[in-house]
Amino acid sequence: MRFKDVFSIIGPSMTGPSSSHTAGAARLGRIARQWLGCTPERARLTLYGSFADTYQGHGTDLALIGGLLDYVTDDPRIPDAEQYAEEVGMEVEFFTSGLPAPHPNTVKIELWHGDRQCSLIGASIGGGSVSVHALNDFRVQISGEFPTLVLRHSDKAGVLASVTSTISSSGVNIGYMQVDRKARDGEALTAMEMDGVPNPEMLNRLRSLDHMLDIRVIDLKRGVEPDAV
Amino acid sequence: MRFKHLHELNTICTAESKTIAELMIEEQVQETNIPEADVVRQMSDYYQVMKEAVHKGLTEDTTSRSGLTGGDGKKMAEYIRKGETCSGDASALAMAYALCVSEVNASMGRIVATPTAGSCGIIPGVFISSQERFGWSDEHLVNGLFCAGAIGYVIANNSFISGAEGGCQAEVGSAIGMAAGAMVELRGGTPEQVVHAVGLALKNTLGLICDPVAGLVEIPCIVRNGLGAVTALAAADMALAGVRSAIPSDEVIDVMLEVGSAMPSRHRETAQGGLAQTPTGRKMMEKLAKPKAKRAEPEIEAESPAENEPEAKA
Repeated sequence: MRFKDVFSIIGPSMTGPSSSHTAGAARLGRIARQWLGCTPERARLTLYGSFADTYQGHGTDLALIGGLLDYVTDDPRIPDAEQYAEEVGMEVEFFTSGLPAPHPNTVKIELWHGDRQCSLIGASIGGGSVSVHALNDFRVQISGEFPTLVLRHSDKAGVLASVTSTISSSGVNIGYMQVDRKARDGEALTAMEMDGVPNPEMLNRLRSLDHMLDIRVIDLKRGVEPDAV
Repeated sequence: MRFKHLHELNTICTAESKTIAELMIEEQVQETNIPEADVVRQMSDYYQVMKEAVHKGLTEDTTSRSGLTGGDGKKMAEYIRKGETCSGDASALAMAYALCVSEVNASMGRIVATPTAGSCGIIPGVFISSQERFGWSDEHLVNGLFCAGAIGYVIANNSFISGAEGGCQAEVGSAIGMAAGAMVELRGGTPEQVVHAVGLALKNTLGLICDPVAGLVEIPCIVRNGLGAVTALAAADMALAGVRSAIPSDEVIDVMLEVGSAMPSRHRETAQGGLAQTPTGRKMMEKLAKPKAKRAEPEIEAESPAENEPEAKA
């Protein structure tokens, strides 16, 4: 079933005018901000397809900026997001591209804060739902519908076994998991959609595992932890 | 969910003596493992957002970002006060409220996607005007939203609900079908009558193309929401009077899939056909073309931001 429950039909509560161009865009911005782990100082957004064609009239740019400021889909500040971004000193640049993209409503988001940097490619697939295809050029498949744990680690034998056993011992079920690596023995990224919210104790145990570089939680329902910087 | 088709909704509800709303709530709880009180509270919150949108459309400036639309809901409401409506005050009020919510949407106000943002005016227009007329409690209307959600769930999983996929028949048409069916249940009709109302309503929107001027959710979307609310009331009346959809409603949904799939892409939200490409539609699009963003260099992976190109894309 493409649509799984009643709230995928009635809802979300959102800022108009288009579930794809504003609600989905706000969610993509928010996921990117959570992936960075703090409010970005600089953002570069490249729009593809229908996003590139009609983003100004639809307010897609404002919704994306709103998401980068961690606003939910119906935050009344979205129409004035440019101004709020300026107030927190967030520099935003938009680009459009005619290159083919995986979906007509696709955006590439690149973010910077101090020496931190991250990128995300995602699409707004309709009705406010989104799909993230890449995090820092690693392939992923994230919907934002579930609490998602993203781990950056070295591509070493046994890392995933320790990760999954740590998670299973804390009683949280993994619904979907994807692993991608840049090169053999190089950096790897594991993304996991969870049935429950990862608790701080589990996160600390994961952080202390060998070969673990970084951990982020992406959770659109609960919002973010205070800025990690 | 225990149902995928409208006839199953009817069969289960009739066998178990339940309303469609009751079944939908049960199934939602079972599917998501979220307690019933929380599920109902979520829907109740959405209903409050819908009411606020109607209020905002009646009292505040709803000029859209493009400047193309706004203020028509207010005009309708003022006109109704004169007591000279052609279609009857109940229809006209549903239309006025639907216009209000759609205009709030176009002006980046807060709405609930029902099922999408482009079709967000129809259900609030029908529900809130009927609540005022019949003196219903919020709780009753929240049940109506679960009934509408069950109908939308069937349509979405057997056909489509977005204009980009299936034309405006899928977007505004689905909302009309949902509102018509829910209205029948709210008035005490049987599940079978609900199902007939959906078929009667959907048949009347088959083939409706999605042709937004300049690609924006404004022209003709807002007006279609207003008129859609009236169609929903009319279809509900037909079903409550005992009129049946001669072609079973599930088959009508299948036809929507067939017709929408056969539509050329220029008639599916691309703004490349229909009203968007009339001389006036093209003029509006040109007028709105305000190049702002730079065109990214082909090498989007380059470390330094691309140079500003003279021919920026609109």
